[in-house]
Amino acid sequence: MYSNGTESLIKQAREIQESELQKFYSRLIKLLQGKEHGHETIDSLQRLRLIVFATKYTRTLPPELHKSLLSLLSSPVEQLQVLSSAVLRETLPLAAQAENYNQDGNSQLNTHAAAVLLAQAQSGDDLSALCTQLLRGLDNRPSEGPTTHLLPHTLPIVNSILTHSPESLTEDNVTLLSKKLVDWLRYASTTQGGGASSGGFFTGSRSRQPLPIAELDGTVSGDFFTVLCVGQGFTEDQWMNVYSFSMLRHWLLTFHSVPGGTIADTDDRSEMDGSVVSVVSVTSSSSRLLPPKERLREKAFQYCQRLVEQSDRKAQKKTDGDLQKACLVEAVCILDSVCVEDPSFVYRVFPCIKALFGRLSSDLSFARVLLPVAQFYLNHGEMAAVDCDCVWNLVLGRFPAELFNDPFLAHELLRFLRLNLENVQLRVPQYIRHFPNLLKFLAWDSPAVIDDFVDLLPSMVTSGTALELLHTLLDLPCLSATLLLQHRSMCLPISDPGGRNLASVNAFRNPSFRGLFLFLLRGEAGAGDTIDRLSTLLELLSEAADWPRVVQCAQTVPILLHIFFNAVVNVADRTLLGQVLLVTLERSSLLLNSPKYITEIHRVFSRQLINLCKLHPSLVIDQSHELLEFAGATSNVYNKQEVYTHVVLVLGEYLSVSYDSRCSTKLITSCFETLEAVLFEITSSAPHPGTGCPAPRAITTLMSALAKLASRSHDLIPRVSLLLSKLRNVSSGGSVSWCEDDEDLDSVLTLGEELCALLKMPGVAQSVLNPPAHVTAPRWHQDTNVAMPLQLRALTRLTQAHASHAQHTPTSPSPHTST
Amino acid sequence: MVVAFVIHTVCPIGALAPGESRVLYSRVFGPDEALFQGGQRLQLNAEERRLLSVEKLAVVARQVQSAVSLHREASGHPPVETLPGEEALALQDADTGVLRLRCGDPYLQEVSALWLAVNCLSFVILCEPHENLLLAEGTLRNLARHCLEHLHMLGQGSEILLKSSRVDVLLSRLLPHGQLVFLNHRFAQSLEKDMAAYMHK
Repeated sequence: MYSNGTESLIKQAREIQESELQKFYSRLIKLLQGKEHGHETIDSLQRLRLIVFATKYTRTLPPELHKSLLSLLSSPVEQLQVLSSAVLRETLPLAAQAENYNQDGNSQLNTHAAAVLLAQAQSGDDLSALCTQLLRGLDNRPSEGPTTHLLPHTLPIVNSILTHSPESLTEDNVTLLSKKLVDWLRYASTTQGGGASSGGFFTGSRSRQPLPIAELDGTVSGDFFTVLCVGQGFTEDQWMNVYSFSMLRHWLLTFHSVPGGTIADTDDRSEMDGSVVSVVSVTSSSSRLLPPKERLREKAFQYCQRLVEQSDRKAQKKTDGDLQKACLVEAVCILDSVCVEDPSFVYRVFPCIKALFGRLSSDLSFARVLLPVAQFYLNHGEMAAVDCDCVWNLVLGRFPAELFNDPFLAHELLRFLRLNLENVQLRVPQYIRHFPNLLKFLAWDSPAVIDDFVDLLPSMVTSGTALELLHTLLDLPCLSATLLLQHRSMCLPISDPGGRNLASVNAFRNPSFRGLFLFLLRGEAGAGDTIDRLSTLLELLSEAADWPRVVQCAQTVPILLHIFFNAVVNVADRTLLGQVLLVTLERSSLLLNSPKYITEIHRVFSRQLINLCKLHPSLVIDQSHELLEFAGATSNVYNKQEVYTHVVLVLGEYLSVSYDSRCSTKLITSCFETLEAVLFEITSSAPHPGTGCPAPRAITTLMSALAKLASRSHDLIPRVSLLLSKLRNVSSGGSVSWCEDDEDLDSVLTLGEELCALLKMPGVAQSVLNPPAHVTAPRWHQDTNVAMPLQLRALTRLTQAHASHAQHTPTSPSPHTST
Repeated sequence: MVVAFVIHTVCPIGALAPGESRVLYSRVFGPDEALFQGGQRLQLNAEERRLLSVEKLAVVARQVQSAVSLHREASGHPPVETLPGEEALALQDADTGVLRLRCGDPYLQEVSALWLAVNCLSFVILCEPHENLLLAEGTLRNLARHCLEHLHMLGQGSEILLKSSRVDVLLSRLLPHGQLVFLNHRFAQSLEKDMAAYMHK
């Protein structure tokens, strides 16, 4: 598809020499001066377009060429309009070009020229001028002459202006357009347009009897025209009906954003006027008496109601079926915003929405349509005193479980949750309860939705769900593998000779392992934090560990864990944090063996262990039993060295009376003995073949921890000194079996000597190895002891500077600064 | 409203670094975002603004390319080579997805990037997040189908560069000034007849 030819064309266009370029420009200028514009002109223009587009640095065209292109914008040949518009948009405008152009072609502005004006608008005033010009064109309608294609595109252009600069529309413009929109939406012709020959924009009724419009299923239409009506050809106002509906939602959102009845304190006067008007009661009295905005709202309601009813018909073509879904989404959104603006509409709209929900809730192919319906229930369900549970059970219970592989549904559902997070947390208890379901989106397609979960995950962390959530996050790659297996086992036949991945699919289908997989696939939280036979499950899934989807999922888990831990410290008390700590210790050996996964998770655990203990040092005493158990297992040094190192660090640092008065000498001694035994074991014998040497950092951390503990309980000092000197003696021979690198060995031994020397002075050791908080967190001027010297120094500098300044300047006395 | 429509490569190109993408067609709709939404913080001249706009599109292309390659890697389906004449099949097999681009990364407002990847090219519609994504998806598919057919993109030619005005006309009908339009099949047919004369020049 992408060939070398294309690549070289781009290269040529970028690297064209200046001289050649100027020659090309002059040739083109000559061509454009001629009356007729044939193939050569078109080709040259196309080439110019490529040259201008190919580079990100803007090319400046010679003014003459620029002017010729401007005049081409009003050429009757559309291709010339298109090409000149494209080139002009990519080049710099001439000074005052916009004004010149605007003054010239008044009602002959075509869509491509308007595109240039839009793209090169410099300020709100330019847009206002364009807008006024367009709307004037709406009023003075009859334009004989060439088909300009502009009239239908007036609305898209206005919508574009609205998006970027809503202030550009004056109150009069808004009123005028509101009236026009009402006309087009509600009162467009209900007969088919003229024959197909003229391209559909300008028609007149021919001598034939006009046929009525039809619905999508072929029946004759009995009501007003909408986007879901068909005919052989279309009249102009029917086209405007389509464009009006296409921009209706945005229009309502922009101009009617003040809720009915209250005067919001905006600084836009026109909005305030609008809000005063909407206080006028809008019951179903004759809608002709209503001001334009209210009338538009009423018509929008009628239009959307009709669309909802039309969408029930079976469309003859598939694309029309898709359009019906899109129309439903749009209609429900418009109805929602109408109700937000004017709550009195809720009672009229709700039955319609409720019926729609009833109709569609059992059909999963309409899932994306039900999301705006859910939004409606969330916004107005309370007001209408309706029970919304069925909606949430469907949206949060069924959709993620069965449609997790639909990227668009995932995107829209997660966006819905993100935007309404506060409301959802308040009113939808199913949200937290169904977090395992929501995580299925993440397990299936992590790269696409990780961004959304970065925003949503903190809200899922509550004191009730913290532990289960932690387990679920750690098992996310397993969930990913299980979803794949579920998918494959549905596709593969029962017996598939020579099929790949047979073992895991078989395991998935095996009834005795069913429970394990069902636990992972659960939709609701609360059944239990994790399962007993987790190790079995991990083994069954081990062959899935390098499947691409599983690997992608595994790569996102560390980020999520960090977010989890950041959130959990805010909601958990010390007991719960202690349990979280235990889970990290326990799970450090129960992880899916995906490439790099275990290493990364261990790294996260280590970091978070330090954080947790720094915040709550008493945790170490609370969980001392389990921590010591972990630290005493020599095998942990080898296969979990990162976590092990940090556990030892934490024990050495925080097992002290200064952090928690429950820390007894007995506890310190027992900890000491545990660590001593491990250090002795790993440094006295060669490691088992296949495990490799212990990390030097683990050894140094053990030594430091032992020294710290000894400094708190002085009768342990002789034991440490003995151990450290033994180490030195053993290594004096040169190389040792437990350390391969000479430099590392040097560092270990140096540390040993330093600690030995330090411990010879117990008092000094105590303060060096257990620095009080105020030493490690300097308070500078807040500390009365440290403040005085600082103040004196500052004063001295000030007075010296002042003195030297006074020496150099003549007379004027400067005020003394007082401190 | 649609912010931009882009056609770019998603296959590795020799002349570029891995992960870089070549933008073959781009159309930004409406006035310049930097002027009207930047709060006048950035005082840039027209040339700098265009450069910024082009760079933003390049960022989008790169993001979409990585999303496409991750998607293809995860689904285990490598892109299938389809021959000219098999446009319908190519479209049916196409990968689609949607990507969220946060505020500031690279546009000042949040945008959703809907992408449709056929072999080594991808079509992207960048729209505001509250936009009707069902409609946008349908429009994207329609645009892709027309581009594949009228620009013979499954072949080895370079019409995408040499006849890019056809895409302009396509956009002016199906996505006028970035407006997503609710077109039923009759309206669409009417527009197609309108364009047919143009496309065969």
